[in-house]
Amino acid sequence: MQVTEYKPKIVAFCCNWCSYAGADLAGNNRLNYPDNIKIIRVPCSCRVNPMFILRAFQRGADGVILCGCHPGDCHYTSGNYYTRRRMALLFSMLSYLGIEKERTRVEWVSAAEGAKFAATMNEFSAQVAALGENKRLEDLRCKP
Amino acid sequence: MQTVTRDMLVSRAKALLADGTVDRVLGWKAGEFTYDVTPGVFTDADAMEKEFVYGDFCGANFSKYLLTEARKTEKKVLVFLKPCDTYSFNQLLTEHRFDREKVYAIGIPCDGMLDIHKIRTLSAEGVTGIDTDGESVTVHTLYDGDKTVARADALAERCVNCKSKKHVAYDELLGEDGEIIDSARFDEVAAIEKMTPDERFAFWQDALSRCIRCNACRDVCPACTCEKCVFDNPNSGVENKSPANSFEEQMFHIIRAFHVAGRCTDCGECSRVCPQHIPLHLLNRKFIKDIDEFYGEYQAGEKVGSRAPLVDFMTGDLEPSEAVKRGETNA
Repeated sequence: MQVTEYKPKIVAFCCNWCSYAGADLAGNNRLNYPDNIKIIRVPCSCRVNPMFILRAFQRGADGVILCGCHPGDCHYTSGNYYTRRRMALLFSMLSYLGIEKERTRVEWVSAAEGAKFAATMNEFSAQVAALGENKRLEDLRCKP
Repeated sequence: MQTVTRDMLVSRAKALLADGTVDRVLGWKAGEFTYDVTPGVFTDADAMEKEFVYGDFCGANFSKYLLTEARKTEKKVLVFLKPCDTYSFNQLLTEHRFDREKVYAIGIPCDGMLDIHKIRTLSAEGVTGIDTDGESVTVHTLYDGDKTVARADALAERCVNCKSKKHVAYDELLGEDGEIIDSARFDEVAAIEKMTPDERFAFWQDALSRCIRCNACRDVCPACTCEKCVFDNPNSGVENKSPANSFEEQMFHIIRAFHVAGRCTDCGECSRVCPQHIPLHLLNRKFIKDIDEFYGEYQAGEKVGSRAPLVDFMTGDLEPSEAVKRGETNA
């Protein structure tokens, strides 16, 4: 029997203007980041409804990371400021319900920060892998 | 006992109906028992005389009923508002949910409402009637005769931690206005924050797994006023319960509380109507506590036109990672 190493499933919401371009730069520069990071492109980090994050966990994600432009650099002027408040409250609530706080993160990655993107993803993936599978916010009916 | 009596309310309402100021009255209707009072609309004096009640179980917050009732009236709707209801009233006005011109609001003082669930727990099952007199509550029961409990022990949770006896909106005031109270309403939230993550998870599993998804908390909430609700979407993923695990309850309750974050006035209606006695106000209060700590003190509904914290920002706001850490250091 072949034993495969546990790889967490991670969903990364990336804003179109900064973080998605940052991921692109990481690729162009041949920087490695784990293949278990599934990127979902959104027009702005502000597009991410708290429900998206919960839904990702429901559908089997072990960790969710949200990347956007640095505060002040939003393509739409102020979208990421709203994201920051929303996610601060949502993550605090998840922690209040006893869900591991290491499974969620917000990171600001600009289009020039390919190296930061790769480093963040490597670090976040390792952090989620250390926690193991998401048991507290899972929906068994959505499991394969 | 309440300082304002039923007769004071009925006579004032009748006078306003008679002089044509209002043509509808939002009030409390007697139910089968003393404690199951239901909200009702009265259009004539006879019906008011027959069915209108006011007492220690008239906790219902009428602000949300104005959304539909204010549209039906040609003149004005008369509404009775307790101090905590006036906050919801203001919050709905801020959001332009009804026409202020269509409403005649009478502020009435509140001495705290009683919670039938607490009374049942303290006395016995089979409650047939309840008499309140000053500091004691006499409960008539089917099997164990009469029992007496202290009024303070029978008060609803939201009234124990009453945040304000001051009316923030009214056209006319019956009785006297009170003051804003420096209550200990965040103590319970702080106690949960101090638990370990495993304990917190167990606490909420225990509470939320009782949820039967009746949507009463959503329907009664004066801040939940969308005409189309995300939870009515059959693809929302929260429309039924999984027998195996509790994802849907978690999702429903997180999103329900999140949708009113920054707009919740902490009126406590969600916990009052919950048939499963889930402490839902603890979720809302967590958001209020966080908002107060992260972005400065904010009381929704205190002023008409104030900007809710989640539709506002400062360039130097706290980072989400810092916010979570701060929650942890409370432990």
